Amino acid sequence: MNVFSVPTELDYQAVDQVLDMAGQVGIEHMLFDARHVRWIDPNGMVALLAAGAVVKKQGGSPRLQLPDNSDVLGYLSRMGFFHEATGIFELLGRVPKRASRLSDVLLEITSITANADVHTVIDEVQKRAGNVLASRLGYPATSVVQFSVILSEVCQNIVEHAEGPGWVAVQAYNWTKRLGRYVVVITVMDIGRGFRHSLSAEHSARYGDRWGDSTALEAAFLHGLTRFPDSGRGQGIQQIRRQVQRWDGSITIRSGTARIAQVPEWDIADPVVDGLKSFPGAQISIILPAVK
Amino acid sequence: MDLTPLTIDVGVLVSKTVTSLHSHLVTRPTGRAVRLAIEAQMASTGVQSLSIIDLSDVTILDFSCADEVIAKLLQGYLEPESPEAFFMFRGVRESHRDQIQVVLERQALVAVAETDTGVRELLGMIEAYDTRVWQLLEMEGPLVREDFARVFPEPILDDVLDRLRKRRIVFQNPISGRYHALSQLVDDPL
Repeated sequence: MNVFSVPTELDYQAVDQVLDMAGQVGIEHMLFDARHVRWIDPNGMVALLAAGAVVKKQGGSPRLQLPDNSDVLGYLSRMGFFHEATGIFELLGRVPKRASRLSDVLLEITSITANADVHTVIDEVQKRAGNVLASRLGYPATSVVQFSVILSEVCQNIVEHAEGPGWVAVQAYNWTKRLGRYVVVITVMDIGRGFRHSLSAEHSARYGDRWGDSTALEAAFLHGLTRFPDSGRGQGIQQIRRQVQRWDGSITIRSGTARIAQVPEWDIADPVVDGLKSFPGAQISIILPAVK
Repeated sequence: MDLTPLTIDVGVLVSKTVTSLHSHLVTRPTGRAVRLAIEAQMASTGVQSLSIIDLSDVTILDFSCADEVIAKLLQGYLEPESPEAFFMFRGVRESHRDQIQVVLERQALVAVAETDTGVRELLGMIEAYDTRVWQLLEMEGPLVREDFARVFPEPILDDVLDRLRKRRIVFQNPISGRYHALSQLVDDPL
């Protein structure tokens, strides 16, 4: 039995540890020990699901030791984590009862496998996001439309390109220490075929030996390339980047062994990281800060 | 020649296409289904048609749907063998503009839009001079060539009028030779 000690603070900066470990082939029996988790955000939760799903996909049997901290357990429950996790992990520990739908969650963890799921996400977000974007982030009332468009495009990325299961989740936090203001965190992850495989047939030849995960990410993220010959395609990520930049936000995409980011002044992430341990699919994180 | 406007309510088409409480025009398959429904409604029109694509009840319009329902719709009817179809997009909200502008620019297309406050404008890719010629027609039309020439005496005027006509954002009556803005054809059909 392999045991992986889940980081005590599992947020967008720590998820690589989870993905790096789970991406290693040959892991059959894996225990994700989350007993000491004290803080987790949507990136952390969805990364755990993705990691467990990959182990399971490889024929393994992932187990998850639940956190000791009751606040963390309650939050996982409110975010709908256990609804998804029960189909992936053998859960060790007591699963709290599902909280009422009337919670502070912006969008619970929602699995995306078909276009109908994208419509569900947009319907849900319409009910809740407007108030949060206006009151916490200071965005104009109409921003809920652009926010919904971002979510629609990133979720469609799973359906159209990943050809595998994925999840989306959104929540608002007060980043008092880190940034001194509220942020909204959007996470979208899948364990499908990833950018390199999606684009390979159409575009790898022109890159020659340079073709890999990082060049595939650059092709899609910076140049809007897509596997479809239709010139109307490939706008989604480009326009997401543009809108995130308008809101002074950050967006990062990890796929395969690479990660690419659009980094605002307040963040210290590297624009491109290569040489990560391979993990299938694509993992997108968007952080939108309150206006100063 | 019959250019009686055909109004197509996109909100109604969306509600027939997807099971949703709201008229959100999101995801490419939804956009494609709505475009095909629009084209089906237009199939009964003749070799010339004027359609008002009403977006008034559409709350969310994403880029994929804007590409399908607006860019690809226009593009399809600009093919050489296609019927001569004219389109005006009605009920365009501020929250739709960016998506429409982006998809039209990407395909070097232009469209006549009427905002939810009733303002008529061109969206997409168009030269500033061409826009000014279109605006004159929009405000003063119908006009004959000499009316334009009094305001725009430059020798390029004929090229501009020809371009506006070919891009289907103005209509030239083949009998009278008069130019009509699409909004005038909507308000006062031929």
